[in-house]
This record gives sequence, structure tokens and C-alpha cells, in this order.
Amino acid sequence: MRILLVEDDPTVRSFVLKGLKEAGHNVDQADNGKDGLYLAIGEKYDIIILDRMLPGGIDGLNILETIRGQKNNTPVLLLSALSDVDDRVDGLRAGGDDYVTKPFAFSELLARVEALGRRGHNESAPETSLTVGDLTLDLLSREVRRNGQKIDLQPREFRLLEFLVRHAGQVVTRTMLLEKVWDYHFDPQTNVIDVHVSRLRQKVDKPFETAIIHTVRNAGYILRPAQD
Amino acid sequence: MAKDRTPPRHRRWFYRFAIRNGTGKRRWPIRSAGINFALGYGVLFLISATLFLSFIWWSSTSLLNDHVRAFIETDAQELRHRWNHGGAEALGDAITDRLEQNIDDDALYLLMDRHGRRLAGNLPGWPVAIKKMNHFYELTIRRYTFTTPAQFKAYALPHGFRLIVGHDIRGRTLLSTVITRTVIWCAVMISLLAVGGALVVRDLFRRMVGSIARTASAVANGDLNHRITLTGSETDLVAETVNTMLDRINRLMEGVRQVSNAIAHDLRTPITRARNQLEEALFSASSPDELRVAVDKAIGDLDHITGIFEALLRIAQIEAGARRSAFTIVDLNQLLANMAELYEASAEDAGLKLKLNITTLPALFGDERMLQQALANLLDNAIKFSPPDSTLTLSAHPVMAAATSSNTNERQRPLGLEISVQDQGPGMNDADILRAHERFFRAESARNTPGSGLGLSLVQAVTSLHHGRLILTQANPGLKVTLFLPLTPEAEQTGRSTTPTQNTS
Repeated sequence: MRILLVEDDPTVRSFVLKGLKEAGHNVDQADNGKDGLYLAIGEKYDIIILDRMLPGGIDGLNILETIRGQKNNTPVLLLSALSDVDDRVDGLRAGGDDYVTKPFAFSELLARVEALGRRGHNESAPETSLTVGDLTLDLLSREVRRNGQKIDLQPREFRLLEFLVRHAGQVVTRTMLLEKVWDYHFDPQTNVIDVHVSRLRQKVDKPFETAIIHTVRNAGYILRPAQD
Repeated sequence: MAKDRTPPRHRRWFYRFAIRNGTGKRRWPIRSAGINFALGYGVLFLISATLFLSFIWWSSTSLLNDHVRAFIETDAQELRHRWNHGGAEALGDAITDRLEQNIDDDALYLLMDRHGRRLAGNLPGWPVAIKKMNHFYELTIRRYTFTTPAQFKAYALPHGFRLIVGHDIRGRTLLSTVITRTVIWCAVMISLLAVGGALVVRDLFRRMVGSIARTASAVANGDLNHRITLTGSETDLVAETVNTMLDRINRLMEGVRQVSNAIAHDLRTPITRARNQLEEALFSASSPDELRVAVDKAIGDLDHITGIFEALLRIAQIEAGARRSAFTIVDLNQLLANMAELYEASAEDAGLKLKLNITTLPALFGDERMLQQALANLLDNAIKFSPPDSTLTLSAHPVMAAATSSNTNERQRPLGLEISVQDQGPGMNDADILRAHERFFRAESARNTPGSGLGLSLVQAVTSLHHGRLILTQANPGLKVTLFLPLTPEAEQTGRSTTPTQNTS
């Protein structure tokens, strides 16, 4: 993916830049709002990572509002040290697609960037079913089959699996799951998400030869079709 | 009249007397509220007294005049009657007679013949001012050694005789003296009262404000425990508000102090640990793998510190009361069901049973996110401290107000609602329960479990944000944590509009 990174702190910038390049992305960078805005308007990106507070009079929200004002719908991920719920709401209201607060784990940022990039591609047509390898989800009848065998899932388990399937091949973090599947925005101290994922595995992976839901150490989970 | 006492009007009224100061702006020179108050009151009183006495003066003089005129008329009538019977002689005798019998010495007569000779009476001669007959004159005449006002009326008699009947009205002068004197005395006494009153009122004001000022200056000097003593007077309203404000400031200060202590202690510990680990790895790691493990641990410690910061900031933010902007109508039934669903799995994973005991709750006006967070903290705690194979209970029910006879016809509305989480863990002793909501407080028995000691502080902050109470009770075994959340009028109103009920209030 072609990514624009606008961040003024040199350490954070080089850290993110290095990580994204290692993940195989093509990254342009800017260290102030003016250059960032210039690039965001002039070039075509798959995703823009914006720091909220930038030197030079133009901050992240200004850039975001400007490009949205030009009907530019490039997914934008806001990066900020402001962790306040209201700040998050402000950012999303201004047209941001996701919000990551500093300090962050790189795996979290990468997972969210890739999820956003994916979203830009396949949101065109409403699907009635999702298929990954031998797993099929019927979105209308809420039926799940693997290898032709029917799997009974609770409504929440279905939503969890659906989210994993929609982001198949990408790492999804626990926070992402809590936010997107449960719509909760707090940090649970116990391993609630792990427990739900392991229950899902019991039903989706256990009865079959190969597992499709994998744990990624220090990051989260990934659903990958079984290799033949 | 009462209007005169209100300050703006009062001020305008005095403007013409106000002095000009250097800037050319007019300003009433007296600043003391007590003196101004008394002065205004005195002036008002003086004006009322003058008006009142003027009225008395006017009505009694007119009464006196009427009386005198009537007396003159009847007297003249009778004298003319004498004339008709006995002529000038009889009239003269009658006049002399009357003058002799007139003890008050206020009757005035003059009878003259056609040549202008005085036949009888006590007037020395015909007053020059009296020109018309049958007309009342009020003149000042000289009698003996003094001058006095008098009413006269002249009558023409047959054969060119003329008669004057008059009446000395020095009684009116007397009355006027009395009234003037009264006015003067009134003024003197009112002035004295006003001055005395001013002093008393000023003293009262000073004493009222003094107590507040003393407390405020004590607080300004750093003694936050000083409070205004309540006296039962009107200033108690201010005093109570100020006291409440001071209590709040005190609590906030206490919070800040606690936080700084906590930062000094509870944040330094993980920071030190992370630092030591990194340092040790730097010096003694012999393989990249060892280094990796150490760095990994350090990152974990830093994440823990970040978590503490986040929790502290959130608590501070909630306590500042700024988050009430996010209040909406919250469906607690849905919230509890979702929360139970989320945690039921982790309870089961820990070998626990999550029992639900939930009755339908009314809608609450609150912050959904915060309530979720608070409930999550309680459930996290309960799971953390429960022994294996025990039961957790999440219960919720509305709290009804005690029925009173006055509103029997009104359908009973709940006063608030209670949500509680009960575990069968080690519980807390009474001393710990009292301190449980303090930041970073961790019971002795909880020292070895992971956590920051901020969970309940956050729950406490969220509860306070909703004007509720956090109650910890020993459940033997275990601990029961109860949130009491009162139902606010906003929620009631909206609840009423969504569910049609007959509205009697």
C-alpha cells in the first residue's frame, strides 16, 4: 500500500516508517503540517497516518478537514497523545477513520493500518456470504459451514468470526476486537477477548484437522485459510 | 416607596448630590453598605414623616378656618337680630356684654355709625384693608403688644351703620408651632436612629462578612480545613455554599496530593524495574535472545505505566466533572446483558460461575462508556479475587422510595437503582473497606495479584459523576460492591415521554 505518514517527532516517525517498510508498504513522510497537506492533496495514497498535533500552524485536524472538504475519501488514521474520549470523538467526527493514542505498540498500529487499507477496497458491493478457504459464512441466514459441515455459533461468536473473516490474512488486535465487535472502549484487565476467541476456536478449529485462527505473539490474532 | 431602597434607583436618586472625582465620573462617596442603607432608610423616613405632618397641618387648619367662619356668621346673625329689636343701642350693649364674657379674649367687634364713629367693640378703628361688605378677610392685626392673625367679616346695617365681627386665630399659629417643632424633633430623632442604625447595621454586616472573610483568608494562607461557622442568619446561604466549595476543593487537593504521592511511589516502582532490566540486559546479556526477553519485559512494564497514567488521567477528568457533557439516556438492561455476556466467558475460563440476578431497570441519564468501564472494573476485580469453583453474582434492581401518604395517587417511581457484584473471594476487612476507594490502595491480601489499585477509584469517580454512592460490604465470604445510582429528573422526564403513563403531577 502507498502510505503517507505525517508526524513531527523524529523518533516516532523513523520507528513507524521502518516498521511499515518492513511490512512491505511504500511510505512517504512529512514532518510538518504544511508539507503533509501538500502531499495529501497532491498525491494519491491508500492511507494517511496523521499526527494530531503538528508544528507550523497546520495541525492534523486541519489537514483532515481540508482533504475531506475536497471530497477526498482516503482512509485516515489519527495518531495522538490526546487520549481523552472527547478528543477521540472530535477526531472521528472530523472525518478520521481510526484513532490510535500514543504510546502505542507498533503491532496495533500496523494491524489498524492494514484493516483500514483493506476496507478501502472491498466496500463497494454488499455481500451475502463470505468465504475463506473451506469456511463459509452466510450473512443472511447467519449460518457457518466449514468443509460443508455446519457449525453452531452464538450471535456474538458469529460477529467475532465475521470480523476475523473480513480481515482474513491480517492481524487484528484485542483492542480492535473489543472496539469493533463489542463496541467497548475501555481496557479490560482480564483476558476477556482471549477467552472469547478460544471459545470460537473450540467450535471452528477443534473438530477439524487444520486451524485457521492463529495467535500472533505480542499482537493479536489472524485468520488464515488452511494451506493445502 | 420601596423602590427607593433598591440600589440602582437609589443611586440615581442621589446622583445630583454626588461629587465628581478626578476622572470626571460621578460616584456616591459613601462606600459602607451599612451607612448607605441606614441613610437611605433615614431619608425615606423623614420624607414620610414630613408628608404625614403636612397633611395633618393642612387638614387641621382648614377645619379651624371653617370653624371660625361658622362662628363669625352665627355671631353676626345674632347681632343683627339685636339690631332689629333694639337698634344701635341694644347692639352696642350686646357687643360690650360679649366682650366682657369672652374669657379667651379672641372675639373682635367693631360697630360704627354713619359718620365713622366707633360705638362699641374692641378694635381701635376700621381696618384699611376691609373694603367690601360680606366678605371674609384674613389680616394681621396689632393687639396690645403683639400681632396676631385674625379673620374678619364686615356687615352693612341700616342707616349707614357698619359692623365688623372677627375672630383671633392665634390658635392656628400655636398649632403650626407645635407641628414645626414635631417635624424638627422627628428629624433629629430619625437622624439619631439612622446614625445608630447605620452603626448597628454596619456592625452586623461586618460580623457576617467577617466570618466569611476570616475563613477565606485562612484558606488563602493554606489552611484548607477552616470552615465558616453557621449562625442561622441569611449569610448562612453563602456560608454553606462556600463551605461546600471548600470541601470540594479540599477533596480535589487531597486527590492531587494522593496522586503526587502515588506517582512518587507507585509509578517509580515499575519505572525502576524497567530501567533495571534494561540496564542489566545491557551489561550482562550474553545472547540476542536474552536481550530480547529483557526488552520485552521492559516494554510490558512501560505499558503497565501507561495504563496507570491513563487511569489516573481518566479519574482526574471524571472528578473534574467535565465529562457530564456525554450524558444521555442509557438502557442499563442492555448494558448489563452485554457486559454479562462479555465476562461470562472469562468467568467460566477461570472456573467460576457468573450468576445473574437482574430485574428490569428504568432508563438512567448517564454516561454509557463510563458505566461500562466501571462495571468492567468491578467484574475484573471479582474474577481476579475469586477462588476457583466459586460463584460471582451480578445483580441489579430498582430502588423504590418509601411510600408516603401524600402521593398515594401517584404511581410509585423508583428513587434510583442498585447494581452490585458479589464474589466469594477473601473479601476485605473493615479498615480496608474504608480505604478501598483511595487511589493506589491495595489491601494486604491483594499485594500479590496484578493490578494498579486504581480500579475502584475509577468506579468511585464514575459513581460520583452520577451523584451515586459506592458501597462495599462484607458478604462472608467475599465482598459485595454495590453501586447506587439515583434517577435524575432528566431521565424521568424522557422516560415519561417514551412510555405513555397517565400524568397526574
